[in-house]
Amino acid sequence: MKLSCVIRKQHYQFSSVKDVLAKASEEKSGDQMSRIGAQSALERMAAKVVLSEMLLSDIYENPVIAYEDDEVTRIIYDDLNLTVYNEIKHWTVGELRDYILSRKARMPELTRLSRGLTSEMIAAVAKLMSSIDLVMASQKMRYQAYCNTLIGEPGRLAFRCQPNHPIDDPEGILASIKEGLSYGSGDAVIGINPNNDSVESVTKLLVMSHEFIQRWQIPTQNCVLAHITTQMQALRNGAPISLMFQSLAGSQKANEAFGVSKEILDEGMELMLRYGTATGPNVMYFETGQGSEVSLDSHEGVDMQTLESRTYGFCRHWKPFMVNNVSGFIGPETLYDGRQMIRADLEDLFMGKMHGLPMGIAPTYTNHMYADQNDQEIAGMLTALAGANFYMGVPGGDDVMLSYQDTSYHDDASLREILGLRPLREFEQWLEKMGIMEDGRLTEYAGDLTIFD
Amino acid sequence: MKQVNLDELVDRVLVELAKQSSSSAKKEPLQAGAHSSDPIYFPEDKEMGVEKPKDRESLERAMSRTPARIGIGRAGTRMKTRSYLQFRIDQAAARDAVTKDIGEDLLRELGLPILQTKSADMQEYLMNLESGRRLSDESVRWLEQNGDKGKDVQIVVSDGLSTSAIEANIPDLLPALLQGLALRNISTGKPVFVKRGRVWVQDQIASIVKCKAVISLIGERPGLATAESLSAYMIYQPSAQTVESDRTVISNIHRGGTPPIEAGAYLAELLDDILRYQASGVTLARLRSR
Repeated sequence: MKLSCVIRKQHYQFSSVKDVLAKASEEKSGDQMSRIGAQSALERMAAKVVLSEMLLSDIYENPVIAYEDDEVTRIIYDDLNLTVYNEIKHWTVGELRDYILSRKARMPELTRLSRGLTSEMIAAVAKLMSSIDLVMASQKMRYQAYCNTLIGEPGRLAFRCQPNHPIDDPEGILASIKEGLSYGSGDAVIGINPNNDSVESVTKLLVMSHEFIQRWQIPTQNCVLAHITTQMQALRNGAPISLMFQSLAGSQKANEAFGVSKEILDEGMELMLRYGTATGPNVMYFETGQGSEVSLDSHEGVDMQTLESRTYGFCRHWKPFMVNNVSGFIGPETLYDGRQMIRADLEDLFMGKMHGLPMGIAPTYTNHMYADQNDQEIAGMLTALAGANFYMGVPGGDDVMLSYQDTSYHDDASLREILGLRPLREFEQWLEKMGIMEDGRLTEYAGDLTIFD
Repeated sequence: MKQVNLDELVDRVLVELAKQSSSSAKKEPLQAGAHSSDPIYFPEDKEMGVEKPKDRESLERAMSRTPARIGIGRAGTRMKTRSYLQFRIDQAAARDAVTKDIGEDLLRELGLPILQTKSADMQEYLMNLESGRRLSDESVRWLEQNGDKGKDVQIVVSDGLSTSAIEANIPDLLPALLQGLALRNISTGKPVFVKRGRVWVQDQIASIVKCKAVISLIGERPGLATAESLSAYMIYQPSAQTVESDRTVISNIHRGGTPPIEAGAYLAELLDDILRYQASGVTLARLRSR
């Protein structure tokens, strides 16, 4: 394996696969903070050159965190299809990029290919891809999943209605749910982030959202995004849950900080299949995002993008209904500005799809980051073009509980109109029945929450 | 066709008239420009932007139940001009709030000694997490000499990402919390203020003063609805093995969320539980739900 190169008469030496991956990453403040990123623009290019010549088998033989030490690595390697891997292990990362972008690689070929790729290989190839490369490759792949609705069909775009309230006031939450539905947002899930994570409080919100869905016969699923163990307890007590949520990361250490492990996820999914209210088989909802490992001091010397890819390798084990990427949620210490945020969103969408996941994107920014609404809308349009399955829907784009900005109910409706996309099939029929939508466009009644009175 | 257009026109005029009569008070400042030199007083309250709600009263009630931006209507699928500008103003204000410095008079009034972290300035604080997680050498020495040792609870106040959160909540919250703890016979060390502190600095402070539990009251990143939101992070005997899910977190303490006085009483109760179960975070939640 070659770990050095000469460009512009300058010799560059790298110490390991992990080092090459980190230095070949596009500039991100989180990798600078961990002191693993490239020190100069040319060093970054040197790392990309070395990476482009690296064999997939070099990457396979050198996982960034050892198999024995890390549960995420074990899941990625144990779930790999070795026949597919053996067919391609002699490829370089550069050849992998050319193949993915070639016309002969359509969705069936890419789906098969993905079974033989470790998460580090997928991260590696994304480091050799530009924005348009990432969009074009993402467009080829569209993965479906079924909970109570079918997500991921071509020509359709779904949204999570995110009706959070600073003190979990059920009436306030209900008002935001109605508002979202009246804009056509809520076919992916009606998902409430609770401020109070207690079992009693979470149960109350689960019952409230479930009853509302039943009353109006809405083809969707409910979810309260508490810690998975809280949801499991609520479920054991008989609370109605159709989708179980958890945030995940790309190292065992970071997942331990989240209070989650393979064992807990296995138990959670088993409980959902036995006691959940959904049709399934996809009953899990995961959130991920570049930088969580850095902020939890558990990056193990691995760059943020590679860790994010490993998170997807971990996620896919539980066949989720939704994987939502929230790169940009943390702050400037991980993604400094709008430019870094947009790049991360494009990389993450591609890497998630390359893992065969039903990916959605939450292009987000916080107020201590150097980004604003314009950056967020650009990221939203680009990832919609690249074929994301879903986005969030937040009233006016302002989450009054989590204190960050995300796509609004207005943005949701706009993204559909810009690209001529429809809501999920069953949900569109429901919107038509309610008089909110006609021929894929909002009617004059849309945007009035009192139609649910 | 003509008939339809005429009907639409009449409707629109009626709606406009209704809007003007119902919200004339709100609109007045905008129209006050009798003199061209008068400034524009841009309204700060949420605008009901739905032109023909099925039930106006119900919509008003819904809008009053949440600070979320609902009932704002739309221009096509986009936000109306006023709500769009309000959103951008709120974001600009939140952005500016991050860089505001704390008023030291307030800290003197509250009798809080000021400790420093290794963050030299705001930029370093934002970009280098580690710098906000450790006290400066001088502050370590000060705390070793002057901190109250071996108490049940140590309270840490920190500006974090919002000094406004400290100014708005601590004057009410801190006395309520201290009183709540005293009523439960829980001993406390003298509270300290940590300038530019991150949550994890509480682990270092706990190890220096050797308290059983430590609580940090930290300014959250400013949101659009409020820049005054405060979070409380509590942990029982932090150690090198401590992970994030060992911390119990209560967020959204502010006027529009959990009000500070109420929060003080609630946090005292939570700390009582933490001491009784000798656990915090996910472990505490599990023990309590049994």
